[in-house]
Amino acid sequence: MKLLKKTRNLSDTNLLFIITLIVFFAMYIGAMVFMGSSFLKPQSFFNILNANAALIILSCGLSLVMITGGIDISVGGVTGLITMCCAVYLDYKGGSVLGAMLIALAIGIIYGVVQGFLVAYLEIQPFIVTLAGMFFARGMTTVVNTAPINVSNEEFTALKNTRIIIPFLGSVNKKGTYINAYIEIGVVVALLAVIVMFCILKWTKLGRSFYAVGGNRQSALMLGINVKRTRFCAHLMCSTLAGIGGFVYFLHVGSGSASHASGAEMNAIASSIIGGTMLTGGVGNIIGTFFGVLSLSTIQNIVSAAGFDEAWWTGITVAAMLCLFLIVQSVVMAVRKKK
Amino acid sequence: MKKTNAGRMSIFQNQLFIPLAALLLLLLFNLIADPNFFKITLGVNSSGNPVLSGYLITILDSGSELAILAIGMTLVTAATGGQDISVGATTAIAGSVLLRMLCGSNTRPDTLRMPILLAFLISCVVVMLFGAFNGVLIAVFKVQPMIATLILYTAGRSIAAWINNNELPIISDPAFSYFGTFIPGIPIPTPFFIAVLCMIIIAVVLKVTNLRLYTQAVGINEFSAKLNGLNPVFIKILSCMILGVCVAVVGLIKVSRISTINYSVIAQNIEMDAILAVALGGNSLSGGKFNMTASIIGAYVIQCLTTTLYKFNVRSDALPAYKAVVVILLVVFSAPVVRERLSSLVKKIRAKEAV
Repeated sequence: MKLLKKTRNLSDTNLLFIITLIVFFAMYIGAMVFMGSSFLKPQSFFNILNANAALIILSCGLSLVMITGGIDISVGGVTGLITMCCAVYLDYKGGSVLGAMLIALAIGIIYGVVQGFLVAYLEIQPFIVTLAGMFFARGMTTVVNTAPINVSNEEFTALKNTRIIIPFLGSVNKKGTYINAYIEIGVVVALLAVIVMFCILKWTKLGRSFYAVGGNRQSALMLGINVKRTRFCAHLMCSTLAGIGGFVYFLHVGSGSASHASGAEMNAIASSIIGGTMLTGGVGNIIGTFFGVLSLSTIQNIVSAAGFDEAWWTGITVAAMLCLFLIVQSVVMAVRKKK
Repeated sequence: MKKTNAGRMSIFQNQLFIPLAALLLLLLFNLIADPNFFKITLGVNSSGNPVLSGYLITILDSGSELAILAIGMTLVTAATGGQDISVGATTAIAGSVLLRMLCGSNTRPDTLRMPILLAFLISCVVVMLFGAFNGVLIAVFKVQPMIATLILYTAGRSIAAWINNNELPIISDPAFSYFGTFIPGIPIPTPFFIAVLCMIIIAVVLKVTNLRLYTQAVGINEFSAKLNGLNPVFIKILSCMILGVCVAVVGLIKVSRISTINYSVIAQNIEMDAILAVALGGNSLSGGKFNMTASIIGAYVIQCLTTTLYKFNVRSDALPAYKAVVVILLVVFSAPVVRERLSSLVKKIRAKEAV
């Protein structure tokens, strides 16, 4: 209680962001101390980044929509659809990587325009629209191609295997040779997305209006903000980011399949919530979302390192974590409101 | 357009009008495309029982689960103003608990460990507890219903696999399969009878108790319901638990159909269909007034659509894409903004005609 009183001067966004930071560092340092060697290597941290680059991008987009008070659960489906379309394009038509990128972007933008229009201008519940969007994407993926495809395009595999060496960080492997830590190209894209989104939210008029619309739509309208256009922009940006994230995911796995990114929307929502974005809108922080993704995958690593490595534990862990943070948010906000 | 204008005067007619019109439209389409759709034949199945078969029977048979879920989903929608998207996953849990109770750790039992009814009641209680979990998140912690149920949507199938240690028990007792297929001597599929039973129960409950009034009151305005002495938290949790009972019944039927379970496939995408049934019934998805009959008819319309699509050789995994288009069209035409635009357009045209 006393602690909460001290935080009175903090804004909701900053308070939830600090909770996220504390949870992440407590978990990671705890894992380093108790789980030992595998968490001590720098590369294990960069592997979390490598594996979650796409998720970071998807979560950024989702945070944007959630800050405006909406939701988008189609991002996972869009990612799946993109992997399949790009794989078919690269494999059968012998297309170029640039073309695949454009396909990914186009799918994202088309999705954004349609969903944004339905949500913002026709005022249909975002959950229903994006649920339908998710099912449409999943269905279309199998219409494009049923069987999974492995991409063997040379240009693409070269890009996929490009690794960026991190200087001064590395570890000695079992044979005694020194190996530098590396990240994949997707991570660079993800970090860029985080920085760009952070800047947009922090310093542009559009970014500030996202918060205003999410906080209170009525007063935002009275302040002269174009609420409809703002919500449309949020959905457009979210789906465009889903397009970019879809391509990064494709770059990471190197194949197209209908089962790709299943449950990604759930992970992205969970990451955003853990990162301190409120479902009710108006509160959130992109850097928080970034740490939300890291927290989520760290706890998954801890659970599997602790010996619970059956497949079902992943789903249960994510759900438990999400549930915990939802309750924490609800309680913290209820206590603060009483003041 | 004239019909909807007339319907606005009496809401009841309007609500039943949409699903019935959709049903007629689908049936008409099938009549033109292929009259065989309406053929019903009396055959004999592999165990020597007389059974009816035909597309219409398929709709009645496989539509039962959806109709039962639509009952619970309508209540949850009305009370909380959101939808439960975990019904597919909790169906997996219900089925898994049922099998665990009947088989124990033996995956190929010769005899069942307990009466089927007792096992069903246990699975009922378990799923009601999960329903209460959703309800508490929604009512006490004020989480949006769809996000609250997203938790079980992800974890549900994992929990179901965990309950049975990821094994797939198979029940050989023929009495167990009666619930999902046919009782010897009766040519009509049993799920249809179960669905009718559920409908009768809910009709009686809505008639005898104040459930309808209280649910609608909470859905329309939670705060004023509270001022009138209702307990919105209790009503919301109750509606989630009633949905739990519906899910348990669906779990029994689904598991009984194949005498075993497949955790990742059982009742897949059923949440979408159940929400669609409620929406097609003309019920507001943001809570308040509801019409149970319209939802149930809506459920059979969805099943009719599914069966029609299958008949035209649409693959089962591509099915969601077509249904998504239907959902979008449906919500676009029922959106207040679109309706206003349309009605103002009609007025303009009429004004021009008058001039």
